[in-house]
Amino acid sequence: MPDDATERTSSPFVRLHNVIKHYGGVVALDGVDVTIQPGEAVCLAGENGSGKSTLIKILAGVEQATGGEVHIGGVRHTTLDPRVSAAAGVMVIYQDFSLFPNLSVAENIAFSRELTDGEKFASQRRNKQLARKVLERIGVDISVSERVENLSVAHKQLVAICRALASNARLIIMDEPTTALTEREVRSLLGIIRKLKDDGIAVLFVSHKLAEVLEVCETVFVLRNGKLVADGPASEFDAASLTRHMTGRDVPDSPPSTAQAVQNLLLEVSELHKQGAFENVSFSLREGEVLGISGLLGSGRTSLAKALFGLVKADSGTMKMEDNSIALGDPLAATQAGIGYVPEDRLTEGLFLTQSIVRNVSVGRLDSHTSKGFLNLQSLTGEAADWLKRLTVKAPDIHADVKSLSGGNQQRVALARWMARAPKLLILNGPSVGVDVGSKADIHDIIRELSQQGIGIIVISDDLPEILSVCHRILIMKNGQLTDEIASGTIDETELTHRLAS
Amino acid sequence: MSKQFWMRNETLVALVIILFCLFATASDPRFFSATTLSDLLRASIVLGIFAIGAMLVLVSGGIDVSFTAIAVFAMYVSTVLTLGTIPDLPWYLIFTLSIVIGAALGALNGLLIARFGLPTLIVTLGTLSVFRGFLLTFVGSERISSLPPGMRDFSRSMIARGTTEAGNFYALPLALAALVFVVVLTWFILQKTTLGRCIFAIGGSVESARRVGINVRAIQFFVYMYAGALAGLAGIIHGSMGRMADPFSLVGLELSVIAAVVLGGARLTGGYGTVSGTLLGVALIVLVQNSLIVVGIPSTWQSVAIGLLILIGTGLPAWQAKRAAERAA
Amino acid sequence: MKVLSTPESRLAIITIAVFVMMSALSPDRFLSEGNLTSMAFQFPEFAILALAMTLTMMTGGIDLSVIGVANLSAVVAATLLASLAPAGIGTLESLPWLALAYGAALIVGAIAGAINGLLVARLALPPILATLGSGLVFTGFAVALTGGSAVMGFPESVAWLGNGTLFSIPVPLIVFAALALALHVLLTRTAFGLRATMYGANPLAALYAAIDTHRLLLRVYIISGAFAAVAGLVIMSRANSAKADYGSSYLLLAVLIAVLGGVNPYGGRGRVIGVVLAVLSMQFLSSGLNMLQVSNFARELIWGALLIIVMLINTINWQRRHVTTTPSGEKS
Repeated sequence: MPDDATERTSSPFVRLHNVIKHYGGVVALDGVDVTIQPGEAVCLAGENGSGKSTLIKILAGVEQATGGEVHIGGVRHTTLDPRVSAAAGVMVIYQDFSLFPNLSVAENIAFSRELTDGEKFASQRRNKQLARKVLERIGVDISVSERVENLSVAHKQLVAICRALASNARLIIMDEPTTALTEREVRSLLGIIRKLKDDGIAVLFVSHKLAEVLEVCETVFVLRNGKLVADGPASEFDAASLTRHMTGRDVPDSPPSTAQAVQNLLLEVSELHKQGAFENVSFSLREGEVLGISGLLGSGRTSLAKALFGLVKADSGTMKMEDNSIALGDPLAATQAGIGYVPEDRLTEGLFLTQSIVRNVSVGRLDSHTSKGFLNLQSLTGEAADWLKRLTVKAPDIHADVKSLSGGNQQRVALARWMARAPKLLILNGPSVGVDVGSKADIHDIIRELSQQGIGIIVISDDLPEILSVCHRILIMKNGQLTDEIASGTIDETELTHRLAS
Repeated sequence: MSKQFWMRNETLVALVIILFCLFATASDPRFFSATTLSDLLRASIVLGIFAIGAMLVLVSGGIDVSFTAIAVFAMYVSTVLTLGTIPDLPWYLIFTLSIVIGAALGALNGLLIARFGLPTLIVTLGTLSVFRGFLLTFVGSERISSLPPGMRDFSRSMIARGTTEAGNFYALPLALAALVFVVVLTWFILQKTTLGRCIFAIGGSVESARRVGINVRAIQFFVYMYAGALAGLAGIIHGSMGRMADPFSLVGLELSVIAAVVLGGARLTGGYGTVSGTLLGVALIVLVQNSLIVVGIPSTWQSVAIGLLILIGTGLPAWQAKRAAERAA
Repeated sequence: MKVLSTPESRLAIITIAVFVMMSALSPDRFLSEGNLTSMAFQFPEFAILALAMTLTMMTGGIDLSVIGVANLSAVVAATLLASLAPAGIGTLESLPWLALAYGAALIVGAIAGAINGLLVARLALPPILATLGSGLVFTGFAVALTGGSAVMGFPESVAWLGNGTLFSIPVPLIVFAALALALHVLLTRTAFGLRATMYGANPLAALYAAIDTHRLLLRVYIISGAFAAVAGLVIMSRANSAKADYGSSYLLLAVLIAVLGGVNPYGGRGRVIGVVLAVLSMQFLSSGLNMLQVSNFARELIWGALLIIVMLINTINWQRRHVTTTPSGEKS
């Protein structure tokens, strides 16, 4: 960095002017202006699909803007690549942290620095010195010779931050930094951010739930559908106004009628326990009831969901569907008992991306369409097509690969697979992650419709407006335990946020 | 000793080797002698050099099965070229020629894998037959027993030879120095250079490597070229020490080599592997290949023994990892 | 360009091109009845191995033990025959012994496959390692059983499977056609086949879709082992002997044919018709080269080159149709 950069501290470190990005015919960013001062903490808020990720990619040099101006450190960059961007001091910490699991903490921290310095020879001693220095700077104590694969998520994130610092970062971009952290870890992260700001390092938070980071940020930018819809000092925003800007809706969906007729008991879980994941989990669910389970990542909510479906074997406890107990740790037994599970990560867990839409829907119905050992392809396809129509999946060709669909339509396909099996209980983990606003509303309608048909539904989500708008009852999970039960309509989002975080 | 120390492949393999030697000595006291040791060392040279190259490829996250074909090609072509042009070429120039040819063929692998992103097993299966087919069709399929004098000189050069007080004859050929050189060089590259750490990095996570700005293609290209160069060296040593350029030799050895490397703790998924582990793996395979009979197992069971070693040596850690993953979920 | 959009159609063109070229280069010999029949006798043994490879590759695995399984099965059958049925006995008397020997071979193949399946499914060993190790073990057993030499001295009826004809069609060809058809039906018309394909496309999603992946993999490798055993019996019949190291070059060939036939080595894609076309083009090529007095070694060269060229061709994006780069790439 040239010395004169420090003389111009009053000028912004990053200035984006009228930045436009097209993907084919789709506009991802539409004339966005963003400025970031040195030492400033900035929130970039927006729902999935709002253009946040595109903006990061442009700053990181991974994608090129279609139009507009990008200034970093007072220099206008017409073409940016990851190396130029890194050399200018822009460091991105991705959600997966992009670390090397097989290498030591020291080496992970020093790696980018070594590369930019053009070091030909590796020195573990030098790496360790650098790593210790940086870890000390943020006041964290992690063994520098430990392999990264053995670290907790929070420590991995700290290593990623240290790596950025070791490379003389002047702007650290954090993509959804708090999703995987516990309350205490978020606190300590915020403390570290304050230290970075004191050192003149700017931080850009990219997130869709910002209540906890609002307190360290000076400025907020809100994106919606590729446009900057609001910006200003953080003090002018609160969780509710942020949500309003992000979704573009003034009023949240009306909560479901709590006037649930007394229905039959469907699922009874008692004393479910899994070492290191969750303990002493007991709850019940009635037919047609929508039960929300919310908690921070790492609270054990996903492990619990998987245990209910048998993908994770609980150590002890019992599960009963309609008074029949179900074998633990056996997805087939769970399926036969009428349980369905739509996983969190559609792309890696939920769908067979390179297989046809029809196959993705009908994979659970193969045995029902088999006679004398052979599949009746006609009835199989017919049934799948039927479900696709009922869920209004927009697909030009149902025999095309499922990867050709948009996020919202993909999620409908994942739902259709289980609906085709006529389940009694559906577990939906993050049902609207990564789908556009319109599809999200449709998926919520589907959930309500299923509930009216008497299907019990468990929604696991950290999207609080979603939980509040579709669930009859909400369970809060913390450190592997159910700590709170809330009836819908008795609580608003601010209060729920508070209860989750406390 | 920490628990981790006992869980490491190196430790387990070393224990098996010690046990094997104890059994062998118990059933035949002559096993424990300078003669046996020098014979086993001689038998380890070519396998060891191959294994070091194969280990490097595994660390980078790939697999190479073409190195035996590269070795034969480089050895035979450099022999034929030398005989046809300057038969009196000193051995180190013939060796250089063979290494350069090996590196060139390895570079072809590297090009196909790094530039076009083709699956490494299939590519190297393909190049294995291309190299071998080309050699036998266009260069020659005759065994050559009158080697250039330089190669014969090399095979006669010894670091040490003699007879122990107990009357055991031993000889350590110069080729052993080549193995030592390769071991030290590779260890240095892997542990002491940024290039080496980049090889570990791409084996650990290609995506992360790209994001920190590692030139993944260049690293991959280097890895396959280096493995090719080592194969060229191993090939010419094999020819010299066997005093014959046999275009049909070596091919078929690749699975034993990979077995040795995997036993030594390298993982097929990439990112893990050490020089010391690889050498231990080679030692075990060589012991099984040469001395099974000493512990009372007929040599016809050799292949069963190696297969079982692979299955146990890789199955145990895989099973432990699976158990650990189930507990953690 | 549309014709070129699938690997199978590209392959069909290659096959026809090779056939036409060879016919043109040496019309009287390549198209002679003698050559056509001898081709029909030659390819089934490795083509059956390629079918086994296809099935395991569809699940994203590989079976490097097929040669070991084939030889072990054949050695078991040969040892049984050689010791139970004297070489001189008549065809009719030998049939029960033949049935016994063939049955034993198939059982050996299935058991060997089950071992592979257990290693891959239960121990979660990478298929390359599992089948590499087990292949050595199977070969090793065959060596240990025979002491490394060939087992010979069978009744004449053994020759029928590899050298006989039925309605003047070579029997090995019929066996191959039947197995290819069976595999095609299995993959496209049964729940098992669809599940195997889907598992290959995304093993994790298969788990979340409540597919019993352990049972699935076990069955896949058992079938692969049984197919390998059939190939072993054909080889034994044609060689009139069984030995632990027959057909060692077939492993490469089997992988090559499967990949050439458009089977994705990462799993989830592949069609039997493609594999059949690949077998035919390989056989035309090697027969034709034989006519042209090209050495056996050149065949190996050409096979390898063909494999790499086809893979390179497959990396080209042939379909420029609606590249829907939806901004769903925006996942956070």
